[in-house]
Amino acid sequence: MKKTYKIDVDCANCANKMEDAAKKTAGVKDATVNFMTLKMIVEFEEGQEPKAVMQEVLKNCKKVEDDCEIFL
Amino acid sequence: MNRKQKKMLIRIVLAAVLMIVFHLLPVGELPAGGYLRFGLFLIPYLMIGYDILKKAVKGILNRQVFDENFLMAVATVGAIILGEYTEGVAVMLFYQIGELFQSYAVGKSRRNISDLMDIRPDYANVERDGALVKVDPDEVEPGDVIVVGPGEKIPIDGVITQGSSALNTSALTGESLPREAKEGDEVISGCINMSGVLRIQTTKEFGESTVSKILDLVENSSSKKSRSENFISKFARIYTPAVCFGALALALLPPLFLILTGNPAQWGVWIYRALTFLVISCPCALVISIPLSFFAGIGGASKEGILVKGSNYLETLSQTKYVVFDKTGTMTQGVFEVSGIHHGSLPEEKLLEYAAYVESFSSHPISKSLQRAYGKEIDKNRVTEVSEISGNGVTAKVDGICVAAGNAGLMERLGIGYSECHQVGTVVHLALDGAYAGHILISDRLKPHAKEAVLALKKAGVAKTAMLTGDSQKVAQQTASELGITEVYSELLPADKVAKVEELLEKKGVREKLAFVGDGINDAPVLSRADIGIAMGALGSDAAIEAADVVLMDDDPLKIAKAIRISRKCLRIVYENIYFAIGIKVLCLVLGALGIANMWLAIFADVGVMVLAVLNAIRALFVKKL
Repeated sequence: MKKTYKIDVDCANCANKMEDAAKKTAGVKDATVNFMTLKMIVEFEEGQEPKAVMQEVLKNCKKVEDDCEIFL
Repeated sequence: MNRKQKKMLIRIVLAAVLMIVFHLLPVGELPAGGYLRFGLFLIPYLMIGYDILKKAVKGILNRQVFDENFLMAVATVGAIILGEYTEGVAVMLFYQIGELFQSYAVGKSRRNISDLMDIRPDYANVERDGALVKVDPDEVEPGDVIVVGPGEKIPIDGVITQGSSALNTSALTGESLPREAKEGDEVISGCINMSGVLRIQTTKEFGESTVSKILDLVENSSSKKSRSENFISKFARIYTPAVCFGALALALLPPLFLILTGNPAQWGVWIYRALTFLVISCPCALVISIPLSFFAGIGGASKEGILVKGSNYLETLSQTKYVVFDKTGTMTQGVFEVSGIHHGSLPEEKLLEYAAYVESFSSHPISKSLQRAYGKEIDKNRVTEVSEISGNGVTAKVDGICVAAGNAGLMERLGIGYSECHQVGTVVHLALDGAYAGHILISDRLKPHAKEAVLALKKAGVAKTAMLTGDSQKVAQQTASELGITEVYSELLPADKVAKVEELLEKKGVREKLAFVGDGINDAPVLSRADIGIAMGALGSDAAIEAADVVLMDDDPLKIAKAIRISRKCLRIVYENIYFAIGIKVLCLVLGALGIANMWLAIFADVGVMVLAVLNAIRALFVKKL
């Protein structure tokens, strides 16, 4: 399952960092951050609850880039 | 500027004023002036740098130690400990100015791009029980009738059932000329209705409509990273810790060496140099400007109706040396047209009239093209006794005259002598009352810019162009020679096309990339097999667009060369930034280590280079004149 979230982040490199962090989160199959449209597209693994996984994604993103936001 | 940026601007101005005032105040001469100075400078320092310090601490806690924030925090805290208060505040100040500038530039170019990609329709006017209701486009079912007024966007693909208008397709195709649309025409979503009121019967759901597909494509576009980007992120991962340890070594080793050789250690001097070294080494210019260049390049291309699905494709596109075309629909229009009438004694129009009438009951593309060429209303009562001779043609009575129209086979069958046509295409022979009357030549027409497109590609440095087609050899040869393409492979089945492309792929060098340009459903395998697949958009099939890496929104082959030029410009900017930033930094690092460069030069090497690199990156957005 794929879901798109609006995000806020200041620089293109920070967006890359967020993408890496999201990809490494458990339950996430693949993640893409588009800096141009400020969107994060997350593909979840089978049987994962997106809401719970996204909380973890947000936590991991905050770790690498304090100044980011994901609008869940 | 948004609120965040305004707040930052206020912080910068206040901190700068305080820093200058305190720098000029002769506090140092007062009793306990040292402490006072320290206290005073702490105000602008914390005012401008508290968020950087906070991020640096958080980074350490999260075990993400080596980033720009850490470098800045160490350098400025170090400078303050050494008593270089003004420098400490200034480094932080200029770093924030650079960041603000970058965020402003990004915001500006994002708006620039998103305005142009703003094609998402917000609503649809649906007719329900005779009244118009404004609903979310998602709620409209295929088959519903929607009404689009002048100035509104067509929200969903469909067919016009009533009304006619001029459509502005520029958001989709980059083409500024309006397109005429009338009853019975298919229209795609995302176009803006410019004049009349249209009633449209939808044929697709919103999610399957053109506009949704394009938005999807754009939103997913950054998923593929280019090699340059990967290089930079890997580079930064190794580089930042390396310079940190380098700085540490610079601070410790020379003084220790001096002590061992019996000289005074000069700790202050070497720590100052180490801090300068740290400020210079900040990789911001690279990590910010490289992704930004690609961002701007892809954005600039989409403004021109060229959608690139990822920055790696932009990179591959810039190395394109071979371009292989599909013929029908790519270089030609894919519609048949009467291209010549070779008549006998009968006037041209009369011959065409007979042909159009005798074929008027058929829906074959060739019959259609004859009727189109005739251009007048057909009175079907004039035609009687129609009989189709499968694979050969038609015979019928028109105004009482027995007309036969068909290929050479039909003429032979009827025992009528005919003359061969010297030109290439499909030939319709005509006989009136058993006597040969001439023939009409029907052929596919080249796209208006097809020839220029091949020339433009050569000018753009493409070494070889080739054409693949399923069409007959004679037709293929003629098209190719008209276009100026030397290599032609004809009578290919879809699988043969893949094999041919693979063969060409094997022949070329590693750094030379092969692009395939196609449009049909059966082109999808070839599009994905080539180094880079370019699909013709609006008329192309969905499968081809999905398999392709680059989509040309309008079907203009001239855009292929433009896409290559855009990619070259973008990559040139990327390399300029890499060499420029690393060059300046290495130079300043050496100067810093030798003690020639001071903190002020270090600030230039960091923030100055970053600002220049960002400005250069933004250039990738401007592609109109390419």
